Amino acid sequence: MIPAAFAYDRPTTVDQAVGLLAAHPGAAKVIAGGQSLLPLLKLRLARAERLIDIGRLSELKGVRRTAEGGVSIGALTTYDELGRDPLITTYGLMADVLPQIGDVQVRNRGTIGGAVAHADPASDMPAVLLALEAELVARSIRGVRTIPMRGFLRGPFVTAIEPDEILTEIRIPAPSGAYGSAYRAIEQPASGYAIAGAAVVVGRSGGGSGPLDRCAVALTGVGEMPYRAAAVEAAFLGAAGPAAAAAHATDGVTVGSDIHADRAYRAAVAAVEVRRALEAAIARAG
Amino acid sequence: MATTDVLGARIKRREDPRFITGGGNYLDDIKLPGMTHAVVLRSPYAHARIRSIDTSAARTMPGVLAVYAGQDLAGVNALPCAWAAGGVQNNLNTPRVLAIDTVRWTGDGVAMVVAETREQAVDAAEAISVDYEPLPAVVDAEKATAPGAPQLHENAPNNVCMHWTVGDAEGTARAIESAEIVVRQRIVNQRLIPNPMETRGAIGRWDPGTDEYTIWMTSQAPHVMRLLIAAFVLGVPEHKIRCISPDVGGGFGSKIFLYADMVLTAWASKQLGGRPVKFVETRRENYLATTHGRDHITDLEVAGTKDGTITALRVRTKANLGAYLSTIAPGIPTTLYGRLLSGVYAIPNIYCEVDGIYTNTAMVDAYRGAGRPEATYVVERAVDLFAREAGLDPAEVRRRNFIPPDAFPYQPAVLIGQAGYGLPYDSGNYRPALERALEMAGYTNLAAAKAEARARGKYLGAGISSYIEICGVAPSKWIGLPGEGWGAGLWESANIRMHLTGKVVVTTGSQNHGQGHETTMAQIVAAELGVPFEDVLVEHSDTQGTPFGYGTYGSRSAAVGGVAAQKAALKIKEKARRLAAHMLEASPDDVVFEAGRFYVKGSPDKVKTVQEVALAASVGYDLPEGMEPFLDETAYYDPPNCTFPFGTHVAIVEVDEETGAVDLVRYVGVDDVGRKINPMIVDGQLHGGIVQGVGQALWEGAVYGDDGQLLSGSMLDYALPRASWLPTFELDETVTPSPVNPLGVKGAGEAGTIGSAAAVVNAVVDALSPFGIRHLDMPLSAPKVWRAIHASEVQS
Repeated sequence: MIPAAFAYDRPTTVDQAVGLLAAHPGAAKVIAGGQSLLPLLKLRLARAERLIDIGRLSELKGVRRTAEGGVSIGALTTYDELGRDPLITTYGLMADVLPQIGDVQVRNRGTIGGAVAHADPASDMPAVLLALEAELVARSIRGVRTIPMRGFLRGPFVTAIEPDEILTEIRIPAPSGAYGSAYRAIEQPASGYAIAGAAVVVGRSGGGSGPLDRCAVALTGVGEMPYRAAAVEAAFLGAAGPAAAAAHATDGVTVGSDIHADRAYRAAVAAVEVRRALEAAIARAG
Repeated sequence: MATTDVLGARIKRREDPRFITGGGNYLDDIKLPGMTHAVVLRSPYAHARIRSIDTSAARTMPGVLAVYAGQDLAGVNALPCAWAAGGVQNNLNTPRVLAIDTVRWTGDGVAMVVAETREQAVDAAEAISVDYEPLPAVVDAEKATAPGAPQLHENAPNNVCMHWTVGDAEGTARAIESAEIVVRQRIVNQRLIPNPMETRGAIGRWDPGTDEYTIWMTSQAPHVMRLLIAAFVLGVPEHKIRCISPDVGGGFGSKIFLYADMVLTAWASKQLGGRPVKFVETRRENYLATTHGRDHITDLEVAGTKDGTITALRVRTKANLGAYLSTIAPGIPTTLYGRLLSGVYAIPNIYCEVDGIYTNTAMVDAYRGAGRPEATYVVERAVDLFAREAGLDPAEVRRRNFIPPDAFPYQPAVLIGQAGYGLPYDSGNYRPALERALEMAGYTNLAAAKAEARARGKYLGAGISSYIEICGVAPSKWIGLPGEGWGAGLWESANIRMHLTGKVVVTTGSQNHGQGHETTMAQIVAAELGVPFEDVLVEHSDTQGTPFGYGTYGSRSAAVGGVAAQKAALKIKEKARRLAAHMLEASPDDVVFEAGRFYVKGSPDKVKTVQEVALAASVGYDLPEGMEPFLDETAYYDPPNCTFPFGTHVAIVEVDEETGAVDLVRYVGVDDVGRKINPMIVDGQLHGGIVQGVGQALWEGAVYGDDGQLLSGSMLDYALPRASWLPTFELDETVTPSPVNPLGVKGAGEAGTIGSAAAVVNAVVDALSPFGIRHLDMPLSAPKVWRAIHASEVQS
């Protein structure tokens, strides 16, 4: 459990960090909480010529309300910090997911930015951010750009972040009108990663007591990367009940299979978890 | 605490403060001057011929002192198999310390690097180039015996290592043929990875001045390791080897055995002129190359009458032993398995056949319970299968077939070994434990509980397991018989010295690795000598400083090692009485001992404390004629029989029909481990044991791909139980003292594991009975349960 040798930088500002990234094109990896990268390095399943440790950049920590009423999350905010922040836990699905990610040590060290940038196909947080229609902010010496979560994931462990960019911020838009959200998952017991996890946000654009006319559903653990289940959303908005809508959970998706769960099981419990998350979200929407 | 109350007291373990505050001294904490670090390069193939090994690049890497391949150690013998049970003879194959020519499992050691630092050694190991010619592999015991299967060893056709039988083949066949009810079922007891908190390792140091070796090791049995290394492997005599087990962070059996690194580090130290060589395995290596447990495929047939009397049990088991035989591997699926198949029942006809099979997998050897959980699982599943077929309550079938309390000592035919030498069950009264467990679990209200769960969308089930185990192995006269194949004794020893100040030092040949011996042995001796518990120090672990002992496994350290300590204390007391009589100017026959004080019968006011006697013995200037100075006594104890703890466990589970997820909602255990030296430690042993059995039932399982790659090769893929998944255990006891030993103890280290797996599986199968499900193999993972529920709808 000893990584291969690597060079190590610990910049003190984001500007320094992106400068170092630009100075070592393709040769450096960014490390934040280290909860995903370090085990890979120690098992020598991954190697890094150079690690740029952004873990102590306090400017990337913390949660604040944006002028538009949404929430801005610094990429280095840990799961534990998120779980204690009322701006975050007011989102029902965040309150659902945060206590069940990893264990105490992982939640103390693991960061939301690290999880999203690592893009494990069974990670919980990318699905949650997909359902919340989050935006990601990336910085390089070339400037700052905003990337919608939808389109950010490109494949297993592959994202839209360029090699010279650092993910700095996650923005969650303000919920409009009455809404409810929920996260439900069945976990692979050894790793705690989702065999199938479902993040759901439903809402009424006008508030009040009208029909629920907004629906975002995202799944993780099921296919080669977390995805928005457009067929579920369409069915739900077309007035299908939660069960009928959830039956479309894996439409058009190549469902994965491994030693823990085969395709048939994954597909079946994906629908179950989507239905349960829909039911919980609807109940919370009131 | 009054010294008379110390035996049986709930005293906190005195070793724990140092363990939980970082004060322990584990193998990797040991740092010696000039120490070097070894890394073993392991085969990535399950089966391959080694065409060549090129170590030239590695030798030139920074800090590298030496690189060794198998040929360099051709003069070192293969590791021995010390328990050639089951008729293993000329097809016995054991591993070399590094493979030569052929590798037979992923994890087989191919080369070793020694460097100044561990980091340098890891880097250099990567630079070794091995040219392998991959060969076909087989990982499954049944497939390994099929025609055309890859062959591991020339001397073991069809990969069969041994064929062993026990019981009455003809009588059992007749009973099955004529029975009113016969149930047949294949059951798999899956392979497990032991997972002690501390991984294994060794440090070898050869002293050029004295030509002596010291080997520090994470071992449950350092004396036996010394014996095996001296007699079979290195060709160095025993008195030139010292083995030390420092604090050991759990073993669960996997640290009983002789491993290549114990030999490699010692051998390499001599090559390097005496620099110490440390090897510590990674967790991944622990998964790949340290022994695994269980891995049985069993076909069982249970037969009986419609009214619920079981008349016969026939068992055919294929036991996967891995690529080679580990130190005591053949004894596990034979003596410790087949001989326990009567369980707690008076079954008149039992027959068992076991085939031990070589496969391209890690070696399989003892793992907590070692054969006895496998036997209990067969028996307790068989009882439930039979009850269901007969349409009877599983509790009622158990009552009907229990060995009655007036039948003890009870001699099951399968426990009669060579030349008619049998081990009878020592004592037991099985029904009270069952009734108490059922009462605690609310068993009579089961139907209502099931209905209530159904209303919540869950399927509830209850499962019973009435187990027995063989503890305190033991009797050397039995285990040493050629038929059992052990070929040695299994007695234990202790030495007690009572110093001038009255403080007591106990040295034991038992090997604490989490059981609390430093506390319980002190309780035994303090109670016997009437001295404060705090005044008794227990030392263990070092072949130089302790009398020979066979080590700690098989729940034997209280029932064998503990009794040896008590016996040594009795010797101390007897000598002290004679000296006290001299000091009191009385005849020894007139001197009585009470709570640490000697006095002449009828004159309790004039006393000599045992500490005063120890002082007199130590200074030694006024001793009775012929008495040697000092209170220093050694005792050896070889019990006349094993002990047989028992109990009943009841699990209550709820199953989610939609996901197949199983929730263990209640766990009740009523255990009878005889007298308890320290009930708190017994509770701890039971809790941990239960968790490991539940872990097997619901989550754990080693998975090899058909090519021999270990797919469950880390904790990311091998699910260990977590506290939050478990209910609070509800435990109670019955106490039936063992007549075998003067302490009346039976042993508690493995009982929980032995009882719990079957209880949980029986509960899940009960919950799934509305779906017509009769059996499912462990682990009862959510996908497996879901597939069984939805079998009719799902195409594979």
